[in-house]
Amino acid sequence: MKNRGIAFKLTVLMMSSITLILASVWLYNYSFSRRIIIANVEKNARNLALATVNRIDSVLLTVQKVPSNMAHFLESFSYEGGDLLKLIRSMVENNPEIYGATIAFEPYAYSPNSQAFAPYFHKRDDKLEFTYIPYEYFTWDWYQIPKELDRAIWTEPYYDEGAGRIVMTTFSVPFYRVTMGERVFMGVVTADVSLSWLQDIVSSIKVTQTGYGFLLSKNGTFITHPDPDLMMNETIFTVAEARGDHDMRNLGREMIHGGAGFTPFRSLLTEKGCWMVYLPVSSSGWSLGVLFPQDELMEDIFQLNRIVLFLSLAGFMLILVVIVLISRSITRPLRALSNATEHVAKGNLGIVLPSVKTKDEVGRLADSFQKMVSSLRQYIKDLTETTAAKERIESELKIAHDIQMGILHKTFPPFPDRSDFDIYATLEPAREVGGDLYDFFFMDPDHLCFTIGDVSGKGMPAALFMAVTKTLLKTKAVRSLTPDMVLTQVNRDLCLDNPSSMFVTLFLGILDVRTGEVEYCNGGHNPPYLLRWEADAKPLESTGGVALGVLESAVYHSNKMILREGDSLFLYTDGVTEAMNSEEAFFTEKRLVVELGFLKGEGIRDIVCKVKEKIRSFSEGAPQADDITIMALRYFGYMRNS
Amino acid sequence: MRKIVCFIVLILVCAPCGASGQLGLKKATFVPQWVPQAQFAGYYVAQERGFYKKEGIELTIIAGGPNSPPLDLLKEGKADLATLWLATGIQARAQGMNLVNIAQIIQKSALMLVAKKANGITSVQDLDGRKVGLWGPIFQIQPRAFFRMYHLNVKVVPQSYSVDLFLRNGVDAASAMWYNEYHRILNFGMNPEELTTFFFHEHGLNFPEDGIYVMEKTLQRDPELCRAFVKASTEGWRYAFAHPEESLDVVMRNLRKEYIPATRVHQKWMLARMKDLILSEGFSAPMGRLAHEDYDRVARGLQSNGLIEGIPPFHEFYNKCHEE
Repeated sequence: MKNRGIAFKLTVLMMSSITLILASVWLYNYSFSRRIIIANVEKNARNLALATVNRIDSVLLTVQKVPSNMAHFLESFSYEGGDLLKLIRSMVENNPEIYGATIAFEPYAYSPNSQAFAPYFHKRDDKLEFTYIPYEYFTWDWYQIPKELDRAIWTEPYYDEGAGRIVMTTFSVPFYRVTMGERVFMGVVTADVSLSWLQDIVSSIKVTQTGYGFLLSKNGTFITHPDPDLMMNETIFTVAEARGDHDMRNLGREMIHGGAGFTPFRSLLTEKGCWMVYLPVSSSGWSLGVLFPQDELMEDIFQLNRIVLFLSLAGFMLILVVIVLISRSITRPLRALSNATEHVAKGNLGIVLPSVKTKDEVGRLADSFQKMVSSLRQYIKDLTETTAAKERIESELKIAHDIQMGILHKTFPPFPDRSDFDIYATLEPAREVGGDLYDFFFMDPDHLCFTIGDVSGKGMPAALFMAVTKTLLKTKAVRSLTPDMVLTQVNRDLCLDNPSSMFVTLFLGILDVRTGEVEYCNGGHNPPYLLRWEADAKPLESTGGVALGVLESAVYHSNKMILREGDSLFLYTDGVTEAMNSEEAFFTEKRLVVELGFLKGEGIRDIVCKVKEKIRSFSEGAPQADDITIMALRYFGYMRNS
Repeated sequence: MRKIVCFIVLILVCAPCGASGQLGLKKATFVPQWVPQAQFAGYYVAQERGFYKKEGIELTIIAGGPNSPPLDLLKEGKADLATLWLATGIQARAQGMNLVNIAQIIQKSALMLVAKKANGITSVQDLDGRKVGLWGPIFQIQPRAFFRMYHLNVKVVPQSYSVDLFLRNGVDAASAMWYNEYHRILNFGMNPEELTTFFFHEHGLNFPEDGIYVMEKTLQRDPELCRAFVKASTEGWRYAFAHPEESLDVVMRNLRKEYIPATRVHQKWMLARMKDLILSEGFSAPMGRLAHEDYDRVARGLQSNGLIEGIPPFHEFYNKCHEE
């Protein structure tokens, strides 16, 4: 998802939200309408079941009265055989619901001559038939149960093989005779009811297409059921056992115990899910169940749901198309821009950007992008020119550097045939070219002029000024002139034409190589150090002059000192003492003096190099801020020759 | 009319010789003591699978039931072989009928009393002073011995084949066969845990029930037939136990043929219980043995109830036809 395009994300997110909304609406609609329908079904089901139960009950209750009255009559009045037959006959004749009837006596109770006496009238093909019950009826349920229970009962439905030869149920009322204060059981009065009318009533229950009603007897036998294999054969419990359906068994128990309810139930005919309402038939202890096939009742809802689902799908497709189109229109220019950007990123600034006509965010983005590309192009053009100019300047500077270095002595020892002194110098400009200078040359065979200076400022102007100073020095320092005179003349020449008011500090000394006498003049420069074996490094006495090029009328004085054999002079520019480390601390003269104290025994080349080394390690790679120039001179006199 | 009767008689007379001559099979007729339910699955399965034919018998099974009393059919020669309760067999022998037990199929008594816990009956003593439903004399030997054993004073109510009297509390306890009425009670909505059961075989009153009987003269005339019948029948039983669904198909088909309403789950229960009763010693035990002590127990039970006077000698009554 993260790596997918905007159009994809937009479509997926929008469509999932819409699906969610549509599904929720659909579900709510479904569950709500379902609830309503179920409520209605339950109401209708109860009404239907109740009406049916009432029809059954009314018949059974009507039938019940007849043998009950007869039993009461038998207990209250005396009777004879002929009376009994007439009574039974009228029972059957006058009550259309009664299929057959008998009065069955206990053994020898009717007459000491006959063990069993049970005259039986029953209807057959609209005619009345008469028989004495041909079997020993004393252990039959219709006789034995009321006798043992001492009350009237409805029997379980049964097929009467001996007399009635139909499926029937019998209402059986015991009657008694009181002899000598004792109530003696005499027999039962029965009324048989054919179950065919019952089956007619129950099978007339038609709910939608496959709904049906069924009747359970008191012990769970199917009295009526659309499946003839179940009728009068299976009980709800055998069916439950065959199906391994424990719920059905529990439901069956509740039904035969007189429960009423509304519950889901699977049709035994179609295996469809149904709702079943069940009610007890109170007179006989039976239970009526009416099944309402769920799918058939829900047909309207299903139909509605199908339409809603279809509409939702159609809407979904429509929205999908719209979203895809919108997101395309947004992302098409974005994609084009993105492609163009890739080209720009590769450096192809000449590419023509796609034109976006809209004035929305995308349009503005395209405009800005166009401007950015133009600016980039201009910038790169400028940069190219600048770089070319810079390169030219740099190459010029390189040449200038070479020239500057060229005018300095770089070959050491400079006077390989001289053993009476040694001199070593180094200059390290902070940039390509620098403002420091040093020089040494013989003014005559006995006098070595040496000088070190530092032009104010840095870079090219300083370098030019340095070159001028060095040239002036070379030309002015001629035989028999003292340092102060040289500096005075150089100062004057420098001041003559110095529009940029530059100046240079300068130390100039002249060594008489025969005697070791040094006459020197200092024009504002750091005083050089005298290094002696037995003493600490000591700066030379000041001569009090100012930097050259500042004041035309400046006056300089010379001093003299003697270099003994082995003495050295250490000359430097402020680039040494003002060298900075990364914490912007100076190297300082103090540190220089300490270092020189350690190094004074070394050769001058080593002294110079090691001081430089110290400075480098002190500055720890911090960029060099100023030119560093060091010059050292050691006088040997004739020490070396001897 | 007379012509038709003559014709039928002619057929009946000629039929046996004609058929037996054809295939070299002995013709025989068998009647179980009741309707073709799973109680007799072994015989019907043996017939269906051709086990009798394999043993050289062309068997006809007469459907048993109230209209086909096996004792009468044996006596009249209308059946060569029959099943009877051991007690019935001993009683008939003691009363002078020369029949012989050639195999005792059921080893354990299935007769029992059932009572409802809801009526306060949870132990033997709770039966005292109660109404108990009992079937006919043969079925009363065990319960009456049981009542004597526990000194129970009960009111005996004659019981029919219906269990409604019990279900409606017309009696407090009812007789039941474990493989039949007990399961019917369950299938009228009673749960096993709501019932208290008294199995007589658990109270030292094991009266083995169904066995195979022939008239003595049949045995003398053709002992091979008897041996072959027992062999095929026990094979039928073993096959039925090993293939219950196929056997139930056979049972249901035969019940339908007789227009007897039946439910498969009930027959299934019955077949499973027959397995418990017949193979009470385990599957590998030889089938059909009559133990002497079982014989004595039943015979003495009959005697003490006044149903017989003298006890027939065991060796005369029982002729072992089964294999070891």
